[in-house]
Amino acid sequence: MNNFNIYLIGVGGQGIGLLAETILRAIDYAGFPVKSVDTHGLAQRGGTVVSQIRMGENAFSPLIPAFDTDLILSLEIHEAYRALMSISKPGSTLVCYEASWQPLSVRSGKEKRIDKENLLMAAEKMKIKVLMVKDPKLGDSRMQNMVLLKKVAGEHLIPGVNQDHYIQALEDLMKGSALEANKKILLEAAN
Amino acid sequence: MKLLGEILLRNESFSEIVMGDTAVVRAMIEAGVKIVSSYPGSPTPEIAQAIQSIPVEKRPFYFEFSTNEKVATEVAYGASIQGNLSAVFFKSVGMNVALDSLVQLSMMELIGGMVIILGDDPGANSSQNEQDNRHLCRLSYLPVYEPATVEEVYTMFKEAASLSAELKMPIALRLTTHVCHAKEKVHFHPFDTQSGNLLQEFDPNHGPYIPITSEVFPLKRKALEKLHALQTHPSILSAKVVSSAPSKKGVICSGLPYLSLKECMQNAKEPIDILKLHRVYPLPEKEIIDFLTHHEEVKILEELDDSIEKSILALAYSRDIKCKITGKNSMEDWIGEYTPEKVQSLMHQTWPACFDKVKDPLERENIKPRPPQMCPGCGHRSAFYAIKKALPPDTITVADIGCHSLGFLSPYQMGQMLLSMGHCTGTASGLSTGNDGRPVLAFIGDSTFFHAGLPGIINAVYNQHCLTLVVMENGTTAMTGHQGHPASGENTRGNAPKIPVRKVLESFGIESIQEIDTYRQQELQEMVKKAIHEPGLKVIIAKHPCMLKFMRNKRRKGDVMIQPVEVDQDTCHQIYECIEDFACPTFQRTDDGKVVTQHDLCIGDQSCISTCPTKALKVKKGDPS
Repeated sequence: MNNFNIYLIGVGGQGIGLLAETILRAIDYAGFPVKSVDTHGLAQRGGTVVSQIRMGENAFSPLIPAFDTDLILSLEIHEAYRALMSISKPGSTLVCYEASWQPLSVRSGKEKRIDKENLLMAAEKMKIKVLMVKDPKLGDSRMQNMVLLKKVAGEHLIPGVNQDHYIQALEDLMKGSALEANKKILLEAAN
Repeated sequence: MKLLGEILLRNESFSEIVMGDTAVVRAMIEAGVKIVSSYPGSPTPEIAQAIQSIPVEKRPFYFEFSTNEKVATEVAYGASIQGNLSAVFFKSVGMNVALDSLVQLSMMELIGGMVIILGDDPGANSSQNEQDNRHLCRLSYLPVYEPATVEEVYTMFKEAASLSAELKMPIALRLTTHVCHAKEKVHFHPFDTQSGNLLQEFDPNHGPYIPITSEVFPLKRKALEKLHALQTHPSILSAKVVSSAPSKKGVICSGLPYLSLKECMQNAKEPIDILKLHRVYPLPEKEIIDFLTHHEEVKILEELDDSIEKSILALAYSRDIKCKITGKNSMEDWIGEYTPEKVQSLMHQTWPACFDKVKDPLERENIKPRPPQMCPGCGHRSAFYAIKKALPPDTITVADIGCHSLGFLSPYQMGQMLLSMGHCTGTASGLSTGNDGRPVLAFIGDSTFFHAGLPGIINAVYNQHCLTLVVMENGTTAMTGHQGHPASGENTRGNAPKIPVRKVLESFGIESIQEIDTYRQQELQEMVKKAIHEPGLKVIIAKHPCMLKFMRNKRRKGDVMIQPVEVDQDTCHQIYECIEDFACPTFQRTDDGKVVTQHDLCIGDQSCISTCPTKALKVKKGDPS
């Protein structure tokens, strides 16, 4: 099989690490060779956070080669735009949770805010398919990552990985009420 | 749920997905390491997190965070000459701090063995430089092994530990950031369970351990003999040839750049042989000579500096080997991490017919990076906001290492220079000497205060320098993930004696010491205004607990109630003090210029409220979100 490369992006504090670890383990449960890497650094302090996941026998480095990302998952709209403008390739898919955490340059009026229309327009020009996700009823913003994962599972965006694998992965990583709350979000995909 | 602490202690043959930093802990357990020490620094704090995931009473070895890397090295050394296999780990620049003691180790009989785990940072992901510690290892006669994958981190640590104990010499395992943080499935093995008792076999006759004047020479000779013994030792793989088809071209590389090269090889127009080095100092000469002799052209693909390249060129020259050797071409080859993209372009420059140029399939806009910033509620923000207002514009401000380093960014711009951990008081002393006009103000964090800050402060007292020192005390080592420090009252094993910053300063005889919670911005401002014009060393301890840690603990206790701050649109005059000067990330600007708060970010700390000139920031009572 060909390699399949997933690039996850968000802002420190949004739960990119947990989302990446869940997907990494789900791919493993689906029986494919997989590796990943998180960029830590100062990310916890509100900077950009990136995780890279590589699936397939011929994925050697945990870092994705230039312009070879098949799926971009973003938890924030300015970061989705950044991924589009830095690493994307034509024909790939971008899934974005519609949250906005404005960078300082935007908050202070020095740069234009990115909204859904800006993102969709740019993606269309670049021949990248965009799926926007949002759950207005979601109480805890730290679970936006699960709403995004629900889309990934429901649309089968990672080849060969299905809902059971994601659930198995979640069960590795959490327990009790946190597990139940996260699972509940994910299982709604089946309905 | 899989608990990391249980995975690490699982005594059987099994596979699990782990990070490089975790794999090394499992290797420590399997190798029978008895004592481990460290000072926190990226990319290695996850090693400590893995160790600390094992409850204290079940930990198979003793672990401590020492005050700094030098002390950590000495603790591991002391344990080793008692007969215990030890390990010490720290980040790239930590080696500079450790070096005064580390450089001596190769001359000593380390009867228990000792492994030094280095977390180098090509790409400067979280460091103040890209220093290539292979130079310092060579200076210290310290053999270096370089894993490329998580699996290799695990196997090479075990091999290094056993070799170190056998030859009684220190051995370094050099990891880089994305080797530390890579995750993949590793196959682990059962191990002999050992008693936790530490051996007490120190005997001066095992040494000598005192290197002074002519006593140095026999010790140095012994160090060199051990290096030689290592080179001919059969037990550990020093290099490996990777070849798909015989080729006249070859590449010599090691570590993560090897994996980048493997990526590029998939689209290469002809097969190329690779000599992958596992030991980069001392170099496996026999394997290298053999590889050079069997190829017409060899590229040395080496991240950061050219230490391998220079040694291989000298080797080829001395053996009269005719192979054409190419190394670095331009200054850019010395800079940055050797990612698959970078290696593709380097290989294209070397053999353009074989490797394609990196081509961007799309036209793109250039987007500025999102700068890191202090968290919502961070006490440092309140401090910088207040202090900036107190200072005359020509004040010289000196930054130090920690979360508060971020004060140099807009809009605060507090901190105009940064060298190293604890440099600030020394640098400020130099800046203030003979300067009777511009006030000098330095910032230091509480963990750094103990790590390397004290000598500079004592010097400022002793030599009567005139400066203001602000100790940004948040009660933890926040930047690297909330490790304890001597004033925090906790260590890696639980409660610990507290050494309060103020008492330490008082014991130096500093007369002007003031303490204040940074949320009291007005008072802090007055305090600074006064202090900068007074003679001598003035210290302000600007305190507020790390709010990231505080909020995590609060959530852990099940307390999720937050009352976010709201902007009263009737009172708001759109002055943007909250956005542009205080700059908490919670404040967002709408297209029509209104200020709103982002409830996902606001923690309800209210540190912003007093900063609004029109008092438009309010907490909506009875409306928790």
